[in-house]
Amino acid sequence: MKIVLYICLLFSSLLHANVIEVGPNKPIKSIKKAIALAKAGDTVMVHKGLYKEGNIIINKRIVFLGKNVPVLDGQKKYEVLSIKADSVVVSGFKVIKSGYATLEDPCGIKVYNRNYVVIQNNVLDDNFFGIYIQNGSHCIIKNNRLTAYGKEEQSIGNGIHCWKSDSLQIIGNTISGHRDGIYFEFVTNSVIWRNISTRNVRYGLHFMFSNDDAYISNIFKNNGAGVAVMFTKNVKMFNNFFEENWGDAAYGLFLKEISDSYIIGNKFSKNTSGIHMEGTNRIQVEKNVFEANGWGMKILASCSDNIIKNNNFLGNTFDISTNGSLVLNTFNNNYWDKYEGYDLDKNGVGDVPFHPLSLFAVLTERNPSAMLLFRSFMITLLDKSERILPSITPDNFVDNSPLMHSLPL
Amino acid sequence: MNRIIRIIFLDILKNKIVLAYTIILGILSWSSFGLEDNSAKGLLTILNIILFTVPLVSILFATIYLYNSSEFIELLLSQPIKRKKIWLSLFLGLSLSMVLAFFIGAGIPLLVYAPDSVGIMMLVVGCLISLVFVALAFLSSILTRDKSKGIGIAIMSWLYFALLFDGIVLFLLFQFSDYPIEKAMVAVTALSPIDLARIQILLQLDASAMMGYTGAIFKDFFGTSLGLLISFLLLCLWVVVPFFISLIKFKNKDL
Repeated sequence: MKIVLYICLLFSSLLHANVIEVGPNKPIKSIKKAIALAKAGDTVMVHKGLYKEGNIIINKRIVFLGKNVPVLDGQKKYEVLSIKADSVVVSGFKVIKSGYATLEDPCGIKVYNRNYVVIQNNVLDDNFFGIYIQNGSHCIIKNNRLTAYGKEEQSIGNGIHCWKSDSLQIIGNTISGHRDGIYFEFVTNSVIWRNISTRNVRYGLHFMFSNDDAYISNIFKNNGAGVAVMFTKNVKMFNNFFEENWGDAAYGLFLKEISDSYIIGNKFSKNTSGIHMEGTNRIQVEKNVFEANGWGMKILASCSDNIIKNNNFLGNTFDISTNGSLVLNTFNNNYWDKYEGYDLDKNGVGDVPFHPLSLFAVLTERNPSAMLLFRSFMITLLDKSERILPSITPDNFVDNSPLMHSLPL
Repeated sequence: MNRIIRIIFLDILKNKIVLAYTIILGILSWSSFGLEDNSAKGLLTILNIILFTVPLVSILFATIYLYNSSEFIELLLSQPIKRKKIWLSLFLGLSLSMVLAFFIGAGIPLLVYAPDSVGIMMLVVGCLISLVFVALAFLSSILTRDKSKGIGIAIMSWLYFALLFDGIVLFLLFQFSDYPIEKAMVAVTALSPIDLARIQILLQLDASAMMGYTGAIFKDFFGTSLGLLISFLLLCLWVVVPFFISLIKFKNKDL
């Protein structure tokens, strides 16, 4: 009998992972000690309190839980939480005051070359870098709130920084005050979904050399320079909001050297430029709303084979602008609120083509201070005659089937 | 002085032209606001009214009115009233009626459809532009006794401010585009009341483009509250200076 009991106990101890509790009123008061005691598969449950333990390294496959939001303080000296094991779960902490160093990039939470890590429901406040995935795959970063107080680009790191990773899921995070809200470099097959990135010093989302990713239903608002997507192919940008990115070099969405991508169902409102395209190929821009921007779209002459169709252009100062006379892109079935044509056969499509590029847009492109004369009667006259007989603006810059009514987007 | 203003004001009201002006402004504004569900088109219409119609009507009407009431002015001069008082009352009576016409015709639809910073800016600027061009009318009518010449001067000055000036600025911008002339250009706009008015409204209306792209010059000057104050003061100067010159001329004029 006894032997059976021992065997049962042995198995149950193998099956049941231990819960190691840490807290001011518990036997174990130090997180580091708890992690040292834990075995793979255990749970370390940290109770409410302030923990100043320097750099905490998780090097075992454990579940690291915070109960009632314990605070991990880096005292502006250390990286707070370093994850050096696969399949670690970090949840429910408040991570504050990571150190500042330009060589090592200390973070709130950093994952070193590991896979299947889950970081969720944490609050990160006043860290240099927020959450950093270095060479990881299949990690999930979900429902975290990251706040920093950066004033200039040099003195603050990125919110969620992902480098050389694969199959990440960045979901439902709120990021503000960092350098770049979300930063992707060499990250593939990943999704960025339902995040809110506001008031970051540089970009809301910074995206480079990251192929086959999608970002969906995010809000990028009031960032220093909007969103930049560069040197990438096969990106899907669906249903995002790009709002209030104002400034000399601020864009709702800045595209540089992008190919074979989709921009569908987004809303660009109150940006200096809605979309700025440079050297992009084969992009489909469809069913977007461009509203109250300075420039709806700036398509430089280096772009080719892009298709712009079924978009609404409403109340932009300029709908389209370009810098040359070469046009290799097609415009079809868009609604332009500046269209003044007619529709005799009542099929909803205007009978005269629309030239979205105004003379004045070309003039200001050549000489920005000409903006001083915008909406002056003189300019309006020039614009009107240019629209009838294009001489300065390229005459193949045209939407042959402009819609009479805005699309319900 | 109040009595003279009242006489002139009532005289202008009896004159059906200002009434017609009010009604036309009203029809234009209400219909353009009612045309679409967003107020953008209506605002643009009123912008064009402010930059084009208001100056024309103000300067022409005031000039012609002054010439036609020359006998009335002579009659007043035979009374023991100071010349300054007569001229000032004429100015106040005329400008009051023009401002009232603008306020009722375009201001009320503005307040109904666009009761935000854009609408209020347009309202204030429109009233100021009325005043400026009434003052210019006083100047042009005092420059010469000849009625047709005086009206000619009025039309010319309107044409200059509404059209030619912008053409000249555009020309300068492109001729000197290799030089850092942005700041100088901001100063040049002070030379035309219509341009001052237009830029003030644009900063509210096309904020995304104006505050963004050419950021430097606009934000640093017109965008700040100091710049706003300065450009309003400049507009006020455009009222005071022409009127003051005409007043001096009127005082010393041998009638």
